[in-house]
Amino acid sequence: MNILKELANRDRVFDFLAPADSPVDVRHGPILYMENVTVSFDGFKAIDNLNLTIDDGELRCIIGPNGAGKTTMMDIITGKTRPDAGQVWFGTRHDLLTMKEPEIAHLGIGRKFQKPTVFEALTVFENLELAMSVDKRVIPTLTARLNGEMRDRIDEVLVMTGLVAQRHQLAGILSHGQKQWLEIGMLIMQRPRLLLVDEPVAGMTEQEMERTAELLTGLAGKQSVVVVEHDMGFVRSIARKVTVLHQGSVLAEGSMDQVQSDPRVIEVYLGESEEAA
Amino acid sequence: MHWLGRPFQERSTQRFLGILIVALAVVTVLNLALPAGHPLHVSTYTVTLLGKYLSYALLAVAVDLVWGYLGILSLGHGAFFALGGYAMGMYLMRQIGDRGVYGHPVLPDFMVFLNWDSLPWYWQGFDMAWFAFAMVLLAPGVLALVFGFLAFRSRVTGVYLSIITQALTFALMLAFFRNEMGFGGNNGLTDFKELLGFNLRSDVTRVGLFIASGVALALGYIVCRAIVGSKLGRVCIASRDAEARTRFLGYRVERVQLFVFVVSAMLAGVAGALYVPQVGIINPSEFSPLFSIEIVVWVALGGRATLYGAVIGAILVNYAKTVFTGVMPEAWLFALGGLFVLVTVLLPKGIAGLLAWRFKRSESSGPGHGDLTAGEATT
Ligand SMILES: Nc1ncnc2c1ncn2[C@@H]1O[C@H](COP(=O)(O)OP(=O)(O)OP(=O)(O)O)[C@@H](O)[C@H]1O
Ligand SMILES: [Mg+2]
Repeated sequence: MNILKELANRDRVFDFLAPADSPVDVRHGPILYMENVTVSFDGFKAIDNLNLTIDDGELRCIIGPNGAGKTTMMDIITGKTRPDAGQVWFGTRHDLLTMKEPEIAHLGIGRKFQKPTVFEALTVFENLELAMSVDKRVIPTLTARLNGEMRDRIDEVLVMTGLVAQRHQLAGILSHGQKQWLEIGMLIMQRPRLLLVDEPVAGMTEQEMERTAELLTGLAGKQSVVVVEHDMGFVRSIARKVTVLHQGSVLAEGSMDQVQSDPRVIEVYLGESEEAA
Repeated sequence: MHWLGRPFQERSTQRFLGILIVALAVVTVLNLALPAGHPLHVSTYTVTLLGKYLSYALLAVAVDLVWGYLGILSLGHGAFFALGGYAMGMYLMRQIGDRGVYGHPVLPDFMVFLNWDSLPWYWQGFDMAWFAFAMVLLAPGVLALVFGFLAFRSRVTGVYLSIITQALTFALMLAFFRNEMGFGGNNGLTDFKELLGFNLRSDVTRVGLFIASGVALALGYIVCRAIVGSKLGRVCIASRDAEARTRFLGYRVERVQLFVFVVSAMLAGVAGALYVPQVGIINPSEFSPLFSIEIVVWVALGGRATLYGAVIGAILVNYAKTVFTGVMPEAWLFALGGLFVLVTVLLPKGIAGLLAWRFKRSESSGPGHGDLTAGEATT
């Protein structure tokens, strides 16, 4: 019966044709698709008719003034906040609005929050080990052993995050920037298809920002990455495509140069800096 | 079973087991091989006292497992200890047979005294050693399972959990005080004669119990080290420090807590079962909230999250208690309180912290691989 129903439903790819090992189907479109999404908090529209698509393997930067709705947008994607209207699809097969937070995380959407939280009493290596996507029930965890492949995977992430020398150090004594990389590393260990990163370079030094830029651009292609960031220099250094959010909807989209010369964007940002002055 | 073998490769565990085995051997030889008048002779009284300390040490290890590594401050572990003790006590009572004061073939003296004419259903089976020994593990284990299931599922943690563990042991104390409960009321269970056919008054049995306590401590220590040295142990530490983050990684923290809590309760039960034949009595005072708090003080003094610190703390504090209560018993609680305050102020990591610092200074080898972080090298 279900198959008949599916056959009749021609606007989507048939489930039984999808490869079993990769539940997310991106052969016929973007990895993330948001259409006419609206959220209001007590009548105030934090997200207002938002349309956004992210392609598979893309690195996208989202900028916008304070309160533009960037964090709220991530809350919607991860299932933390439910929109009042609109559609959110992960690939062409998964309607994120029907799924719960853990299901969405399990499906392969990883999120880095603004404040880094790593396990300070454990070493860098152990932090990555705990994040690895393996059987997480009690007894399998008690009897767990690292095999060569798992070690290689951790080593690979240590290299990507530039934490090879710190592998046996307690995470608690890492610098702020190193903690941020470790947390991104922990996300990568879970092999997400889509990574959401909220303000990764806040509080970082110039060199740390450069390293972070390398890390994120290195991820793109293998994963899709969405970065929310205020630091324009940083955005310019990594972004191929930038989306400007303002009052809950997309104001402009394009390359950094296109966006920065857009009069509406200039107005929004100039307006803000005048207020600040 | 590689995870159970892992502790044997750790230097700290080897050192601990080495010291324990040597101590057991020396005390045994000094008691059995030397004549009573010899200056180095260790009296059987002292052997039993040391055996009691060893059972307390196992209890402290059990508390450190949940407090040090999971961050669950149980102020009710005395209840699990006492339940294990009562299970052993019931077996020892049934072993008395018709040699009680009233000479009843089945009923313990206190039941005859209460004019009961048959054994309550929950006393059935305790004449069999295997059944009683299983109950030593099961009674505390099941209580911990039910209690932990309810508490951890509703995410009760921190101070609230500590308070309800106190309430748990207090409620059990009140219940066991009642004669109708059938556990001997406030007199508890006593006048034991034999354990597995060995006369409890003989020197050899006493030494045997002392050695059994040492072996139980060693085994309990190895089990705990195996858990804390496994990936599960690292999940414990992770959930202790950042519970929400651990959940977010996909671990069912409440199940981890429940598993470790039940293991800890069972170890406490074993400690209680070894304690009872050595002191010769079990009564509801072991359920007293104050006793459970004392256990926590031993662990705090010895140093949390090291396991061997708990052993050191339990032995030292109880030795001090033995000395102190001999000289000026009224002052003991004040001395204990004062010691606790002093150590928390001057030695926040306890005696183990001091030792680790000394060792680091004298050895200073390898990267800073403390006990909490022995992860990769041994996995
Ligand atoms: N749970 C909530 N209840 C009420 N209002 C909310 C809630 N969450 C967000 N808002 C409001 O929605 C708007 C968008 O907030 P959001 O945090 O998404 O902005 P942002 O773009 O991430 O800003 P910033 O750059 O400061 O991080 C803000 O005005 C905020 O006050
Ligand atoms: Mg934000």
